Amino acid sequence: MATEILMPALSPTMEEGTLAKWLVKEGDTVTSGMILAEIETDKATMEFEAVDEGTIGKLLVAEGTSGVKVNTAIALLLAEGEDASAEAPKAAEAAAPKADAPKPEAKVTSAVETPPHPARAADTTPDWPEGTKMKTMTVREALREAMAEEMERDETVFLMGEEVGEYQGAYKISQGLLDQFGAKRVIDTPITEHGFAGIAVGAAFGGLRPIVEFMTFNFAMQAIDHIINSAAKTLYMSGGQMGAPMVFRGPNGAAARVGAQHSQDYAAWYAMVPGLKVVMPYSAADAKGLMKTAIRDPNPVIFLENEILYGRSFDVPVLEDFTIPFGKAKIWREGTDVTIVSFGIGVAHSLEAADKLAKEGISAEVIDLRTLRPLDYDTVLTSVMKTNRCVTVEEGWPVGSIGNHLSATIMERAFDYLDAPVINCTGKDVPMPYAANLEKLAILTSDEVVAAVKKVTYR
Amino acid sequence: MAARKVPDLPNVSKDDLLKYYREMLLIRRFEEKAGQLYGMGLIGGFCHLYIGQEAVVVGLEAAAEEGDKRITSYRDHGHMLACGMDPKGVMAELTGREGGYSRGKGGSMHMFSKEKHFYGGHGIVGAQVPLGAGLAFADKYKGNGRVTFTYFGDGAANQGQVYETYNMAELWDLPVVFVIENNQYAMGTSVKRSTKSPSLWQRGAAYGIEGEAVDGMDVLAVKEAGERAVAYCRAGKGPYILEVMTYRYRGHSMSDPAKYRSREEVQKMREERDAIEHVRDLLMQGGHATDEDLKAIDKEIKAIVNEAAEFAKDSPEPDPAELWTDIYADAAPQTA
Ligand SMILES: Cc1ncc(C[n+]2csc(CCOP(=O)(O)OP(=O)(O)O)c2C)c(N)n1
Ligand SMILES: [Mg+2]
Repeated sequence: MATEILMPALSPTMEEGTLAKWLVKEGDTVTSGMILAEIETDKATMEFEAVDEGTIGKLLVAEGTSGVKVNTAIALLLAEGEDASAEAPKAAEAAAPKADAPKPEAKVTSAVETPPHPARAADTTPDWPEGTKMKTMTVREALREAMAEEMERDETVFLMGEEVGEYQGAYKISQGLLDQFGAKRVIDTPITEHGFAGIAVGAAFGGLRPIVEFMTFNFAMQAIDHIINSAAKTLYMSGGQMGAPMVFRGPNGAAARVGAQHSQDYAAWYAMVPGLKVVMPYSAADAKGLMKTAIRDPNPVIFLENEILYGRSFDVPVLEDFTIPFGKAKIWREGTDVTIVSFGIGVAHSLEAADKLAKEGISAEVIDLRTLRPLDYDTVLTSVMKTNRCVTVEEGWPVGSIGNHLSATIMERAFDYLDAPVINCTGKDVPMPYAANLEKLAILTSDEVVAAVKKVTYR
Repeated sequence: MAARKVPDLPNVSKDDLLKYYREMLLIRRFEEKAGQLYGMGLIGGFCHLYIGQEAVVVGLEAAAEEGDKRITSYRDHGHMLACGMDPKGVMAELTGREGGYSRGKGGSMHMFSKEKHFYGGHGIVGAQVPLGAGLAFADKYKGNGRVTFTYFGDGAANQGQVYETYNMAELWDLPVVFVIENNQYAMGTSVKRSTKSPSLWQRGAAYGIEGEAVDGMDVLAVKEAGERAVAYCRAGKGPYILEVMTYRYRGHSMSDPAKYRSREEVQKMREERDAIEHVRDLLMQGGHATDEDLKAIDKEIKAIVNEAAEFAKDSPEPDPAELWTDIYADAAPQTA
């Protein structure tokens, strides 16, 4: 039976085209790869090649014809021994996939289907059993201890980055790890973020569990392609066959007087990306418990530390194996008049603000999200439904901030509970200036949080 | 038709020649079929065919051992077939169906097979280079003696991350073969218009990496060079670069009008240097196969490809619930 040659789609967007010119005539023998015709698509004039061999039996569409729909038969191809009178085949199968049984609808939570409120019951279990022995430790020590414990526990965990080994870490987070684990597992890299991030992702595909230290997250912008395109998306693109169980960690946000290129908070950037988990601890206990969870997590985790917090001390539970689950916020301070939601160093400003507010008789509840992806919406919503007012606090820029996202979520899910619009306290919408006075103006302060709370409480 | 140079008869067995012939032909016929399905609207988006370059992967796969890994760019169909992935699963991924290697969620450019040690399928030009070195890093860490083939194009060879990777791969003696598939064009930009370097493999010298250029239209030459490279890597001497000189007959992707080169240039390569015809000549001249024998193989391959195409058309689209799976390895994604 003769084969129909169909009008081809020659670009991702082509629906019809012009058959500009036939380069074969009836009776010609063609072999695969031979150019049959020139076809004008929506983008360009393209050559159309034969796939099968045979003899051109009939040209069904004259050259110069425009508006020829994709998949229209344009010629008949005869196999050996056939003649042009051979019966034409039935119309080619439609290009669309076979519509068999109706497909089940996806169970997706779209904005429209989202229950308006209230929150599901928030997880309020304590992070450690009552009566646990505590010790005082800096965030720096907590991070180091977490990494050392996990490296002890799992041979496939290794640390790589600039100055993590012999120099003992640019911020001394990896102090002593080279001595403890050797150069095979504590690897000094050249200054080559794009390259070593890619190598680490490849190593994760290959079955290891890398911890990548960025000297600061400012430099991770050079590696952003591997973080997003290679680490975050591969599990999905491979249909679940392989992913990147690994941690990208390092200091994030403003340090002090280092100017625009070294002072940026990337929380909202990373929190946007499906496939990543994003952690931003405030206290040493959280730094430790969340770092251990991050290293064990089978997904790529962005772990955002803070240089200013490294040296601060907190109580950390003395437990054999202390971890904190992702997606569980911590309520640092209970209150009744307003909910302050923050994370990372923002929690320090929020707690300071809460102290000041208490002196003026305003009772603030302070929530530390701890992880931004997943995010503990329930704890936030439960609190807002109680206080009816909310202020979000973060160091990053205002546009597309975590606060924006929380405001939207609260509006959708708990609109009727709000007695005032949610206010987002953020860093100023400027590159970080160097001059001491300007820098002070750019960075979020507890006084700004106090002012925002007064606004939502109409004081 | 200009005559192909009559090849000297090399020292290679009939079985090997027939194997290479069959594997290269499978890639070519598969790609022709993919082009056809694209034309019918069954394959969407970008689709980069490997026609013309078949000897590169087939030669290098002949130098690989079980357990060795491979990773490449979006021009990946040939690599997948050559490492033994099922044509049905590959074609069904091209059509975006449930039966595809990524259950339709990756597409032509993003496909993987853990079982066959095929690590993609990457759409960002050059990104697979550090990823491939990372796979080799993992193998070295585990001390398992495996080698990773990291394929990239002449265009990708201008990416900075390639040189970052060269530096670390040599510094850490990673067992990775960097395979530059120099098909002379990056989309419409010829190598001459993108660099003044006389050769791409020699850039490795700046990092202390050894390498060589190979005739990529000669599967036996590719295999031989591949064996040298693999032996070097397996011996723990670090990475090795192969610049394989090849040519793509088709456009960069399906919507490439190919105005940057002449039809004659393509035709000349096809007629004088075609890698499949080369092996065909070797088979015929060595008295290893008759025209009939080869026709029979052709028929066999066509049947495999047609079966793959039918499977790819009949396989249903993924269940809508698949939209939300495989985002996290351990948990369903969260909704606000
Ligand atoms: C980082 C990046 N830049 C640009 C592109 C668009 N692009 C896709 S393929 C390509 C040409 C690459 O050529 P080459 O490396 O020689 O590989 P070939 O297509 O010849 O196999 C370009 C520019 C891309 N996918 N990624
Ligand atoms: Mg190229």
